[in-house]
Amino acid sequence: MAYSNKVIDHYENPRNVGSLPKEDPNVGTGLVGAPECGDVMKLQVKVNPDTGVIDDAKFKTFGCGSAIASSSLATEWLKGKTVDEALAIKNTDIVAELSLPPVKIHCSVLAEDAIKAAIGDYKKKQGKADTAQATAQPTA
Amino acid sequence: MAIKLPIYMDYHATTPADPRVVEAMLPYFTEHFGNAASRNHPFGWEAEEAVDTARKQVADLIGANAKEIVFTSGATESNNLAIKGVAEMYREKGNHIITAVTEHKAVIDTCKRLEKEGYRVTYLPVQKNGLISLDDLRNAISDKTILISIMTANNEIGVIQPIAEIGAIAKEKAILFHTDAVQAAGKIPFNVNELKVDLVSISAHKMYGPKGVGALYVRRRNPRVLLAPQIDGGGHERGMRSGTLNVTGIVGMGKAAELCRQEMARDAARLSGLRDRLSERLHTGLDEIFVNGSVEHRLPHSLNISFAYVEGESLLMGINDVAVSSGSACTSASLEPSYVLKALGAGDDLAHSSIRFGLGRWTTEEEVDYVADKLINVVTRLREMSPLYELAKEGVDLSTMQWEVH
Repeated sequence: MAYSNKVIDHYENPRNVGSLPKEDPNVGTGLVGAPECGDVMKLQVKVNPDTGVIDDAKFKTFGCGSAIASSSLATEWLKGKTVDEALAIKNTDIVAELSLPPVKIHCSVLAEDAIKAAIGDYKKKQGKADTAQATAQPTA
Repeated sequence: MAIKLPIYMDYHATTPADPRVVEAMLPYFTEHFGNAASRNHPFGWEAEEAVDTARKQVADLIGANAKEIVFTSGATESNNLAIKGVAEMYREKGNHIITAVTEHKAVIDTCKRLEKEGYRVTYLPVQKNGLISLDDLRNAISDKTILISIMTANNEIGVIQPIAEIGAIAKEKAILFHTDAVQAAGKIPFNVNELKVDLVSISAHKMYGPKGVGALYVRRRNPRVLLAPQIDGGGHERGMRSGTLNVTGIVGMGKAAELCRQEMARDAARLSGLRDRLSERLHTGLDEIFVNGSVEHRLPHSLNISFAYVEGESLLMGINDVAVSSGSACTSASLEPSYVLKALGAGDDLAHSSIRFGLGRWTTEEEVDYVADKLINVVTRLREMSPLYELAKEGVDLSTMQWEVH
């Protein structure tokens, strides 16, 4: 399978790998996917409570190169965005940026799910859980 | 010492032709180009003689008589001919076939087609070590069973089935026994009479011969096996497989078989040493890696390992100067992980994390060390970014977690 240069770059130099403290009230964590499906993404955002802007984002991904690249790119895009701006990121934006082939579109969908799950978790912690996001919550 | 990259470690998929094989083939493209079926001039006679020599060489590799070798286009055709040929020929005797879930697609899909035509097929499960249970086999046999088809060695995990024991059961019940020996022939000792097999599929390109040629061993005595031909035409190969013989390919297959017979013991000893070295290095450098399938009943050059918490395709990306295969769904067109690994019951996640290493005649110790070192680095790096590894290290039991499966 041929990968785009951007996928290879994210795979070889992943941005923002790591973990943020799960218990921090300003940190939202999303864990999506399943091991038996071959991909699991953990995406975390740290929101500045004063500005509502995402100060930091981290990811860890079990998955193919495209899944790693999709989540790495997502963390890059999340930083500096407000929570609402973050929710506007669409999987199709990731597909376009990374030139993902049709068989890898599910990787971008998973990344979008991870963003929604992380923001949903953050909002829940802040006591303003959005029921629309509840479906994106990890069941783990 | 400088290593030539990329490194080929996928000898189950195919092997390069041995230069001695190519040398033997060359005159048959140009100088001796005759049609082996031309009975009335020396061009035909030369070709026929070359085919007869090759037939003997292939027969000798498996302890057969030259008259029992039918040349085909490859093992897929051999498997089709054996199974469909028996099914059609023995239809009045019965309509039941026994095979196993870990067989190659050329056997499974052939059986599936026969099911549509009214045959009944039992797909035996395998144990955790990849081997079928002989009790399961005995229990599956009925008075309608006409054929047992169990592969000698598996193409993904390299485990060797108890062929002699299956042969004895088949003989006792007077049921024909076919084995797909593509991965085993030329690699481990194989004798049709000792193993009591009636039909054997083999392929040239898996044993340092050319692609596009294979053979089917068809027993002529005790019992005499009859096959309904699947390709009609000029009645070549004793009427079992029509079509002008691929003389160059057959010559190559014969030479490849001869070389394997002569060098098998040495190759096997060297390759099992290298394979064990690879396995030991990986086990020393990494925790939580698992060999798939029996270690004891295994081809000398085969190793299939699951690297827990790391997905196979991302692993392959990290070792892109090494040619190996993965059971990961992402490396296959179907997006389904390996059905063979799933059959072992190890869990889909480990199937996604597997790498198949196939060593061969030109694999060196330097290559093995390079591959081991590189894998240790890549697996370590990928685990650092694996949420599963993190959870496992926190003491979470991943198998009891509820995942959102989509």
